[in-house]
Amino acid sequence: MKPLDSSHASPPAASERAIISVSGLNKIYGSGFQALRNVDLEISRGEIFALLGPNGAGKTTLISIICGIVNPSMGIVLADGHDIVRDYRGARSKIGLVPQELSTDAFESVWDTVTFSRGLFGKAPNPAYIEKILKDLSLWEKKDNRIMTLSGGMKRRVMIAKALSHEPTILFLDEPTAGVDVELRRDMWEMVRSLRDNGVTIILTTHYIEEAEEMADRIGVINKGEIVLVEDKTVLMRKLGRKQLTLQLQHPLNAVPAALSGYDLTLSEDGLQLIYDFDAQSEETGIAGLLRLLSEQGIDFKDLHTSQSSLEDIFVDLVRGRA
Amino acid sequence: MNFYAIKSIYLFEMARTWRTLMESIASPVLSTSLYFIVFGSAIGSRIADVDGVSYGAFIVPGLIMLSILTESISNAAFGIYMPKFSGTIYELLSAPVSALETVLGYVGAAASKSIILGTIILITARFFVDFSIEHPVWMVAFLILTSVTFSLFGFIIGIWADSFQRLQLIPLMVVTPLTFLGGSFYSINMLPPFWQKVALFNPVVYLVSGFRWSFFGVADVNVAVSLGMTLIFMAACLTGIWWIFRTGYRLKA
Repeated sequence: MKPLDSSHASPPAASERAIISVSGLNKIYGSGFQALRNVDLEISRGEIFALLGPNGAGKTTLISIICGIVNPSMGIVLADGHDIVRDYRGARSKIGLVPQELSTDAFESVWDTVTFSRGLFGKAPNPAYIEKILKDLSLWEKKDNRIMTLSGGMKRRVMIAKALSHEPTILFLDEPTAGVDVELRRDMWEMVRSLRDNGVTIILTTHYIEEAEEMADRIGVINKGEIVLVEDKTVLMRKLGRKQLTLQLQHPLNAVPAALSGYDLTLSEDGLQLIYDFDAQSEETGIAGLLRLLSEQGIDFKDLHTSQSSLEDIFVDLVRGRA
Repeated sequence: MNFYAIKSIYLFEMARTWRTLMESIASPVLSTSLYFIVFGSAIGSRIADVDGVSYGAFIVPGLIMLSILTESISNAAFGIYMPKFSGTIYELLSAPVSALETVLGYVGAAASKSIILGTIILITARFFVDFSIEHPVWMVAFLILTSVTFSLFGFIIGIWADSFQRLQLIPLMVVTPLTFLGGSFYSINMLPPFWQKVALFNPVVYLVSGFRWSFFGVADVNVAVSLGMTLIFMAACLTGIWWIFRTGYRLKA
């Protein structure tokens, strides 16, 4: 799959305005199940936003409401300034959606189904553009094949082609790489980046932490219908960059010696463990200095180990904390 | 108005017709031909004229109606049921398409197919029996009106159905009996007085009667009543569809 060079898309706009703004969004299904609780969320123009959350957290409900597939119970959503209910035409014509489920026509050809999508979204036919999408997604060879004859990975590409057929400025990818082989996953990541470079805002849901780490500019975590965290990935990574050095001491200490006050140290209750928090990504971790000082102070240790918190830990903590 | 969307849905649905030409056109034509051979020629030659029309010619409007009703319903129902079944309905729901545009696309295609089919059966019938059409403009009007009305009805069934069995249920259990009892093969004047009264509750009687009037100038019920009843049924279907899109019934959670 070659990267999409979507010359059609608007250049990365430097608008400060959020391209999607969700406020006070609630969804209570007919069964009484509340899938979303007071969701407030702003997606910035031109970013890749990853929405993380366990199964049943409300990721798909949120996306489905923004795209018009599910009716909101309460709250307002604006897509590029268009209210998704009152001005649904304005909103929806900007949005492309690749849903989680592999749902395609069966008997139609790839070309026909993608052309159909473009028309459905109210765009005049543009065979040259459809050809370009199909070529970019390595589907050109298959354009006359019936969709039912394609492999799962190819069908996923067809769904992406359909979502891009009307030149959307906002693209939703709901679990784009679930059940997809490694190669296609890499291809997709590359494609998503090149779309972003062409000014398309991308919102993807995933429960692969790795995917969010790899792709996203910002990360949001949703759990039990509530947004529990929205953070720049770099900020989050800095938090993740924290490492801990744990030293098992020979003899217990009563307190952290004053000479070591320059270090971020904590002493375990039994006085046998000295824990040092440091930034693994900085040039100077301070470990060497600390160890030197310890030996000068005559503090002996019998063992040491370091550990790093991952996005997964933070995620699990967040989700558990709210459970 | 999103004309591109109407056109896309319409062409997509019509493409299905051409792709399944055998099932769509050939099989109804074949079964109608069988009716003509059996009822029109074989049995019909022993039956006296009905309202001054030979029996073979008399059943032509009824047989066309029979095909149009069942085909309109099943085409429109299948057209909207399939995306629900396969899951591709997400695209329609997320597209900048209004209820009116959706209905124009799906119902327009189903009705077009019925009109084409009715015309083919009419031509086929001419090979078996001799008849002329007294009010051709009204004949076309009834043909279009019935095709559209029952395609609307089929659209509702397609939305309502949540399985292939249910998709077949209404056409099989309700529409076919009503059509057979609706005077396709006889004038309701041939029924005993009590059953004549009962027959007037059957909406198909009005369709067949009106359509037959456009051919031969004779009718079981007044043609204005036929037209009125058809329009009432159409209005009921439109109301149903309006309600479906308003509430998102079986379309949107």
